[in-house]
Amino acid sequence: MKIAVTGLNATDNPGPGVPVIRSLYYSKDFAGEIIGLIYDALEPGIYMDNITKRNYLIPYPSSGLQNLYERLVYIQQQEKIDVIIPTLDSELFGFVKLEDKLKKLGIKMFLPTFEQLNIRAKDKLFDFCKGNEINVPKNILVSSLIDLMKIPEEFEYPVVVKGIFYDAYIVNNFEEAKTAFLKISSKWGLPIIIQEFLKGDEFNVVALGDGSGQTVGAVAMRKLYITEKGKGWAGVTIFDNNLIEISKKVIEKIKWRSGMELEFIKSSETGQYYLLEINPRFPAWVYLAPNAGQNLPYALLQLALGNNVEKFDNYKVGTIFVRSSWDLITDISTLEKISTQGEI
Amino acid sequence: MKAYSIPENIAISDSGFIFLPTTGETFTLNETGKTIFKYFQQKRNLDEIINSLLDEYEIDRLTLERDLEDFILRLKSLNLLVEL
Repeated sequence: MKIAVTGLNATDNPGPGVPVIRSLYYSKDFAGEIIGLIYDALEPGIYMDNITKRNYLIPYPSSGLQNLYERLVYIQQQEKIDVIIPTLDSELFGFVKLEDKLKKLGIKMFLPTFEQLNIRAKDKLFDFCKGNEINVPKNILVSSLIDLMKIPEEFEYPVVVKGIFYDAYIVNNFEEAKTAFLKISSKWGLPIIIQEFLKGDEFNVVALGDGSGQTVGAVAMRKLYITEKGKGWAGVTIFDNNLIEISKKVIEKIKWRSGMELEFIKSSETGQYYLLEINPRFPAWVYLAPNAGQNLPYALLQLALGNNVEKFDNYKVGTIFVRSSWDLITDISTLEKISTQGEI
Repeated sequence: MKAYSIPENIAISDSGFIFLPTTGETFTLNETGKTIFKYFQQKRNLDEIINSLLDEYEIDRLTLERDLEDFILRLKSLNLLVEL
């Protein structure tokens, strides 16, 4: 069996590819080969020992789906891949669009639908939560600098200014809001989200939905160390039934079909959890889940293959991950090969 | 006399390390803190705790009561102790 995985960019903003692969290897039942699908010749995952068997460069989704499809047709001729596990937000729409065509090539995936992807989008999440009695920070969408004048009518400063895809800044006044608006809109476009600032601790949940509304498993984590980019560099599994129940409710309401990460803040004022974001794929810390007793990536692989999986009902609290940077040394010929031939 | 109890899901290791399984918070207690924390876990009342500490440490009652009150306030604010 051959499984292709994307997102091997294990940098200071790590992709989930390497931890997904490590999770598959973690299962004693896994006996497949891993093929790396990479967007850049310097994605660290391909330089690591015992992670991928072979690797192929694939075109960025922005270069057109036909290019990606043609490249995957070529790769399929070489490899006969059984399952692709895409792990990056930016490529998901493309893979969902290609799902039927790839199925005809014999490639299975376990992805959300367009509708599911849209419901959890940053500009739609507020309405979804309000409609389903899930706590969510108040937010408004703005499309121009003039709209920023509305902030004092709706909120008290500070507020969070967020991009539609990435980036977020906490701002304390109109001037700061303006700077954040210009910075984010030039990079990620419009609209911009203005969100109520809640004081409290952040909690994350990695989960897997089976597509029928059932949660296959869910593991909650609190970040112990956060980088300047806001990435968790260490974390510990925790258990709070409220947090897991809210996550299950989200999966039930969306009928989520795939891995996901839910980001919450527990308000220090009310003690309630507020849903901040739903990321439509496993997070880069997903390798914590199998080590705590829920191998969610392996379960996703089984679902992609059409096999039944048993639901996980508990996990070990107090399991810690600590990320580290590690220099990989290799000869220039490795880079030469992947750069010139597109595969290694 | 006020009575206190340690929430059920909180455990302390021999080294004085406390992990809150619902929030992921961790704390470390020194020897004295560990002793007092264990007395609360043993459900001793405040009088019993004060008398035990007076036996164990060279300290006058007034200072001990004041320090203990500070420590209790701290534990309560961190959700490590609840007043019954």
